[in-house]
Amino acid sequence: MKKEKKEKKVSLFAETLARIWENGGARVGTVLFLLIVIVCVFAPIVAPYGPNDMDLTAMYKGPSLKHLFGTDGMGRDQLSRILYGGRYSLALGLCAAIVGSGVGAFIGSFAGYFGGKTETLIMRLMDIWSSLPSMLLCILISATLGAGFTNTVIALAVGNVPTGVRLIRGQILSERSKEYLEAAESINCSKSTIMFKHMLPNVISPIIVDMTMGIGMNITMAAALSYIGLGVQPPTPEWGAMLADARTHILNYPYLIMFPGIIIALTVLSINLIGDGLRDAMDPKLRK
Amino acid sequence: MARYIVNRLFWMIVILLGTAFAIFTILYFTPGDPAVVFAGGSATAADVENMRHILGLDKSYLQQLGEFFYNTFIKWDLGTSWAYNKPVVEELVVRLPRTIIIGLAAMVLNLSSGLLMGIFAAPHEGKWQDSLTMGIAMVFISAPDFWVALMMILLFSAKLNILPAYGIGGPRYYVMPILCAALAGIAVNARQTRASMLGVFREDYITTARAKGQVEKKVVYGHMLPNALMPIITSIGNGFSKIVAGTPVIESVFSIPGVGLYLLTSINSRDYPVVRICVLFFAVFTAISMLLVDLTYAFVDPRIKAQYSGSRKKVGKK
Repeated sequence: MKKEKKEKKVSLFAETLARIWENGGARVGTVLFLLIVIVCVFAPIVAPYGPNDMDLTAMYKGPSLKHLFGTDGMGRDQLSRILYGGRYSLALGLCAAIVGSGVGAFIGSFAGYFGGKTETLIMRLMDIWSSLPSMLLCILISATLGAGFTNTVIALAVGNVPTGVRLIRGQILSERSKEYLEAAESINCSKSTIMFKHMLPNVISPIIVDMTMGIGMNITMAAALSYIGLGVQPPTPEWGAMLADARTHILNYPYLIMFPGIIIALTVLSINLIGDGLRDAMDPKLRK
Repeated sequence: MARYIVNRLFWMIVILLGTAFAIFTILYFTPGDPAVVFAGGSATAADVENMRHILGLDKSYLQQLGEFFYNTFIKWDLGTSWAYNKPVVEELVVRLPRTIIIGLAAMVLNLSSGLLMGIFAAPHEGKWQDSLTMGIAMVFISAPDFWVALMMILLFSAKLNILPAYGIGGPRYYVMPILCAALAGIAVNARQTRASMLGVFREDYITTARAKGQVEKKVVYGHMLPNALMPIITSIGNGFSKIVAGTPVIESVFSIPGVGLYLLTSINSRDYPVVRICVLFFAVFTAISMLLVDLTYAFVDPRIKAQYSGSRKKVGKK
């Protein structure tokens, strides 16, 4: 019995994966994203120089064979800095998306399942929470907590929570009156069992899509935070911090701005492509 | 319907008071003493203490909170900036038009071009027109707007020398900020429009319209579009709340002294009265635009209207 259930789960997972692979855009996205993740994770092996290795004989050198993306004002190799910086940017995006959507889903399932006064209270709290555009909220929280990795993750995640709550609540509202829940209730399942074991799996796919898209959005937001001087601080080679570092030299050394931005855009693009593929693959209406 | 509006207005007030409380509390517990900042670099301990007294920071949390609520909601005194010693409202009135120009123009741009792109793409689902349009939207949504802003400065100001790189002045100063602010919105609206157009694509009434030999143009614009527009109302509402809050990062890139930059610099310099009032102001605006969205929904969608007229039916039970 148990084994059968497990097998079914794997096949559903495999089916989803296969359907993502069928989608041309998502395939490109997956390959690109994996490539970026791998070179960033293995930065110490892949990168030609250290992220903070200074070479004062090679300051502001344009892209060349020796330094593919050129060097900055301290002679640091831009390619190496981008590779090492990717670890921060990717980790920031991933952590913030998981924390944000996770907390959002948790609160949202409470609101959606219990309904009534609990729901009203939670949804009004969310209204207060999101009365500021999420970018402003991130800026505010980030300034309050101060710079640093964990604080930036919290600031970004806080901005994501209300969307997650609304999303999962909407899903649960449409699911709440279904018969299998009545069945679970009639055999005396506890509320938490019903909520997390029966209901959550049925409403999880939009959250996964939201979380995937959230990674990309959070990478951009993290870069923006670093750019305006919050978030991760130089000399940490985070992508946004690199842009902030280079902005005063934009006219003389435009390549210092160009490359980190292109990498951010490519990373976010690949994640969005995967997210789109995931949405189509998980849509039961499109399943054959 | 009246009961619905009254109910919503009541909650709006609760939300605003809640926001005021939240922002005050967050700022109160923010590390960093504003008195040290405003007393200046060479201030002695006594100077700082004196400044703390002037700013009212030596009072207890509850006292300060009470004063803030009393001044803001009862006396309608919106406070004075600690940094410039100037009423916040005066500064807001000067800065607001700049932010609104950018916000409104960007919204018009992203709505019109987003809708057009979506309407163009949906009927061609899977063909090259669809792939091309959605590909463009994908690029728009993925490139960080502040980086695009920097690239635009590089191209239009440094290389081509046709647009000013930063600051405010004539209409030419607003071209790049508006484009950058609209970019992501164009993509979001295009994708949203396409998705909801495709959603109604397979509805029976579309088949009926086709079966009776309706012209394709009329099927798209007469039958599909009105039904597909519902989710777009929400997107318009979200856009509205962004108009006054502005895009602080873009304002910062182009050095536009708008509301977003005002809030940003005030947060950094611990100018709390400005931060509080700005946040509260955004909250009011957001609440009003959300209310308008919900009312529009109720007005457009008979199913929602029915919930509030006559006996209240249970939602979700069919």
